[in-house]
Amino acid sequence: MRVRVEITRRPEIADPEGNTIRRALRDLGHRVSEVRVDRVIHLDIEGDDRAEITAAAERMCREVLANPVLEDFTIEVPS
Amino acid sequence: MSQTAEDVHRRLGMTDSEYESIVTILGRDPRPAELAMYSVMWSEHCSYKSSRRHLSRFPTEAPWVVVGPGENAGVVDIGDGWLAALRIESHNHPSFVEPYQGAATGVGGILRDVFTMGARPIALWDQIRFGPLEDPKNRYLLNGVVSGIAGYGNAVGVPTVGGEIEFDDAYTGNPLVNVMCLGILRREQLVLGTAGPPGSIALLLGKATGRDGIGGASVLASSSFEDESTHKRPSVQVGDPFEEKKLIEACLELYDLDLVVGVQDLGAAGLSCATSEPAGRAGVGMEVDLDTVHVREPGMTAAELLMSESQERMMAFVDPDKIEEVIAVAEKWEIESAVVGVVREGPDLVVRHHDRVVAQVPAASLTDDAPLYDRPASPPPDLEAVWGSPAGIPEEVTVRDALEVLLDDPGIGSAAWVYEQYDHMLFLNTVVGPGNDGSLLRLKGTRKGLAVSTDGNGRLCRLDPRRGSARLVYEAALNVAVTGARPLAVVDNLNFGNPEKSEIMWQFVETVAGISEACETLGIPVVGGNVSFYNESDGVDIHPTPVVGLLGLADPMPVHPPRFDRAEPGMDLWLLGPDSTGNLSGSAAERALAGSLTGRPTAGDPEMAKRVIESATRLAHLAPVLHDISDGGLATAVSEICIRSGVGAAVDVTDIDHLLCEDPHRFLAVMPSGQEPEVDLPKSRIGSMGGDDIRFGEDVMALAAAAALYTGALSGRMTG
Amino acid sequence: MKIAVIQFPGTNCEHDVVEAVNGAGGKAELVWHRATDLSGFDGVVLPGGFAHGDYLRTGAIARFSPVMAEVSGMAGAGLPVLGICNGFQILCEAGLLPGAFIANRDLAFICRFVEVEVTSTDSILTGAALVGQRLRIPLNSYQGNWVDPTHSGKVVLRYVGDPNGSQDGAAAVANERGNVVGVMPHPERAADELLGSDHGRILLEGLLQAPAAV
Repeated sequence: MRVRVEITRRPEIADPEGNTIRRALRDLGHRVSEVRVDRVIHLDIEGDDRAEITAAAERMCREVLANPVLEDFTIEVPS
Repeated sequence: MSQTAEDVHRRLGMTDSEYESIVTILGRDPRPAELAMYSVMWSEHCSYKSSRRHLSRFPTEAPWVVVGPGENAGVVDIGDGWLAALRIESHNHPSFVEPYQGAATGVGGILRDVFTMGARPIALWDQIRFGPLEDPKNRYLLNGVVSGIAGYGNAVGVPTVGGEIEFDDAYTGNPLVNVMCLGILRREQLVLGTAGPPGSIALLLGKATGRDGIGGASVLASSSFEDESTHKRPSVQVGDPFEEKKLIEACLELYDLDLVVGVQDLGAAGLSCATSEPAGRAGVGMEVDLDTVHVREPGMTAAELLMSESQERMMAFVDPDKIEEVIAVAEKWEIESAVVGVVREGPDLVVRHHDRVVAQVPAASLTDDAPLYDRPASPPPDLEAVWGSPAGIPEEVTVRDALEVLLDDPGIGSAAWVYEQYDHMLFLNTVVGPGNDGSLLRLKGTRKGLAVSTDGNGRLCRLDPRRGSARLVYEAALNVAVTGARPLAVVDNLNFGNPEKSEIMWQFVETVAGISEACETLGIPVVGGNVSFYNESDGVDIHPTPVVGLLGLADPMPVHPPRFDRAEPGMDLWLLGPDSTGNLSGSAAERALAGSLTGRPTAGDPEMAKRVIESATRLAHLAPVLHDISDGGLATAVSEICIRSGVGAAVDVTDIDHLLCEDPHRFLAVMPSGQEPEVDLPKSRIGSMGGDDIRFGEDVMALAAAAALYTGALSGRMTG
Repeated sequence: MKIAVIQFPGTNCEHDVVEAVNGAGGKAELVWHRATDLSGFDGVVLPGGFAHGDYLRTGAIARFSPVMAEVSGMAGAGLPVLGICNGFQILCEAGLLPGAFIANRDLAFICRFVEVEVTSTDSILTGAALVGQRLRIPLNSYQGNWVDPTHSGKVVLRYVGDPNGSQDGAAAVANERGNVVGVMPHPERAADELLGSDHGRILLEGLLQAPAAV
C-alpha cells in the first residue's frame, strides 16, 4: 500500500524558509498572509491489513521520519 | 541514406558530412546506438572539433610536467614526492537552464576529473559572470549558481577558496560558470585513464543510471540559445554531493590499496566516453553488456544508456584477481557497482543489449576520428577604427566620483556575500583565502605553499584578444607571486561565442596565441583546459572570455604572507612596476563612467613581466601588504587596502587617468615606515597610511563612506 | 588522553579534528561509524561535515549508526562527549542533548569568524576557559540555528551578536552534568594563528583536561 505521510513543523518553531517565501510572494504582488513549508513522504509498505500498515508507518514516523522537538506528523492510508 | 536516418542524425546535432564519415569508418550505415555514441563523442563539447587544430599551439612541456593535456587533469611535480593535479571546466549552458543544478553538477564534474587521477581534491575556485543585477533574472541566476556551488561543494567536503565574479551586459542571456579544482597526491598514487590489458574488467561505480542530460553534450553545450530554447531542454542533471563524497573516499582507498589498473570518470558523453577513451588510450577493444548497468529508470534504450549523463559515476578497470576486493571497498562505502564489461584485443568496442549486438565500432574512432575543423577566421571589419578611437571619461569626473561608482560595482566591491556561503576553511590549509589577490594553501608536513589565481577579462579580450589574453597570464602570475609563489603551470577555460562566425574564430585563434606567448615568456606550460563555444543568444555573442587558472609554488611559504588587512598607520605606500600610460581602454572605469568599449589595450611587456613577478615573489616574504593593480586601477587598489585594513591613506598621485588605468605589471606594496622595497624595478613611494580619509592630493573620500559602498556593492543588491 | 573521532559517511572534518586534538596534546584516532567498541578511549568527538548528506534531517540517520550505542554509554558514564557542528546536530537527534536545528535565520550558509563569550566553565569544552572570556572562532554551517522548546539546555558559549538566530544566542550547549557538549562553531579551525586565530585551543584543552568522570 502507498502511505502518505505529512511531516509538519510545529507551530511554535520558527520557519525561516516559510517567511522568506511569504516575503517574496508579497513582493510580487500576491496576497498571502502566512506560508509554512512542510514535507510529504510516500512509503510503499507491503501487505493489505490497514491497521498493521498504519501502525508500521506510525512507528517509522516516531522513530525516524519526524523529530518530535520540531515536527508533528499525519498519516494517510488508502481505504 | 534513408530519410529516417537523415532526420535522426540532424536531430542529434550532427552534420551530413559527419554522418558520411561514420559510414566510411564502419563501411555501412550506423545502427541507432552507434549514431548516439558518435553524436555525443563528436559534439563540440567532447571532441573540440572547432578548436583542436589551434590548441596544439599551446606550449605544454616543462621538466615538472608529469601529465599534460589529453588525460582527465594535468599533473605537475611540486617536489619531495608530491604532485598536484589541476583542471578547469565550464558549465555555462546548463547553468542558464537550471542555475542551481547546472553549477552544482559543474562542481561535481570537475572534482571527478581530479580524483580520477589519484589525487584528493583539496580546493575549488569559481569564476562566474552574469548580466547586470538591475535585471531580476540575473539576480535569480546569481542566487541559483552560488547556492548550487555552495550546496554541492560544502556537502561534498571540498573548500571553495577563491574565484572571480563579474557583471556585464555581454553575459545577459549567457552567464558563464567556470570551476577550477586542485588536488594533491603522492607520486605513487598517480592513476591514468587507461583500460589496461585485455582481460581487465570494466566496473561501473556510483549512482544508478537514469535519463539525466540525455542529449546534454550534443544538444546543450554545442549550440546556442534562441527564443525557442525551451524546446531544447533535456532532463537536467541533478547532483548528489553525498554520493560523490563516498565515491571520492572509495576511490582514494582503491588507489591506496593499489587495486585498480585505470580509472575514468563519467562526464559528458557518459558511458560512451568512459568505455571508448580508456580503450583508445590503451590501444585495445572492449565488450560491454548494457543489461548489467545499474539503472534507476526502467525501459531505457541502448542509445539512452550510452548517452546518459547521470552524475557521480566512475569506471574502474580492474585485474580480475582483484575484483572481489574492489567490490568490497565499494560496499564499505555504500556505493553500488556493476561489472559492465571486459577489455579485449582491439580494435572494436562491442556493445550488447538484450542479448543483441547494438554497437560495434573501432573504439579509437570515437576519439581519434572525430572531425577536425579549420573554420575561417577573420578580424572584425571595424578593428582598426576601434583601436584608433581611444577610451576617455568625462572631463568633470573627479577621483572621488570615480571611486563612488567603482567601489559600488558589484564585480569590484566586496564579494563576501558569495564567499561566506562557501566553506573556505575546511582542511585547515587556507592561509590566504578569498578576498585577496591569489589564494595560498599550505601543504602540511612541508614548508611549501600552493598558490592559485583565476583571471578573466572579456572587455580587454574583445578589444584585442591577443594582448588581452597574454595580460591575463601575466596578471594571474603576479597574483600568485604576491603570495610568495613562483608560477608553475596554467589551465585555461576558453569561453567564446559561435565558432561558425569568422570573427569569433579569429578571437579564438588570437587568444590561443596570446596565452601561448605569455606562457612561453614565463617558461610555464599549459597542462589542460576546456573550450566552451556557442555562448550566443539571439545572434549576440559574449565577449571572448578566456579564464586563466594559474598554479604557483612557494617553497618555502612566507612566514607572514601579505594580506590586504595588514596595513597600519605610519606605514609607507609604494608603487612598483612600469609607469602607467593612462590608457583606459577596456577598463572598469571606462565601463562605469563612459559606458563605452573602445581603443586598444596596452600590450604586456615580456621582460618587465618577468622582473615584476620575480620581485613580487621575493617581496612577499617581507611586505605586510602586496596588491596587484587591476580592475579599477591604482585608486581602487589603494582603497581596497584602506578598507580592509581599516586605515586611511594619503597618496600624491592625482592624474585621474593614471589613477584609473589598468596597465599591466604594476603593484602596490605597504612597507614599515622607512623601509624601501629592495627590488630591481621602477618604484616610487606614493604616500603613507593613516587617518580616516582616502586622499589623492586634494581629492578626499571618507574611509567610512568608501567602506560602506564596498561592503554593500554586492550584498546590498542581493538582500533586502 | 585517547580520543575517538567518529567518521560517518559524509563526515569531512575528521582529519582536521585529529590534527587539532593531537596538536593540543591529545591522542586522537579515527573510528568508523560501524564500530561497536570504544572501551579503549577516554573521550569521543563527533566532528563536522554532512553525515549521510544531511538527508531527511541533519544528523537524523547518523544517530542510528552502530557506534552511537557506545557514545551513549560513554555519555551516561560521565566521559567527555563533544559534538562539533554536524556532531552537535547528531547529539541532539540522538537525545543526548536537548533541542534541534533548523536553517540559519537568513537562509544562507555562513562561513566566517564569529566572537563567542564563555557563559559557563561547567563543561568539558569550557573547563579551561574563564567566564566572560571572548574567543574568535569560525562558524561554518547552514543549519546552525538551535531551537529548544523545553529550555533545558545549559548554554556554555554564547554568540556576541546574532549570526544565525540561534535561541538564546547559543553557540555551545552542555548537558546538566557538563560532560556532553555540542558546539556549532569549529574550535579545531581556530588552533593556528597562521589560519586566523588560535582561540580554539583553550576549548580543546578543556576537552583534554576533562576528568575521566565528571
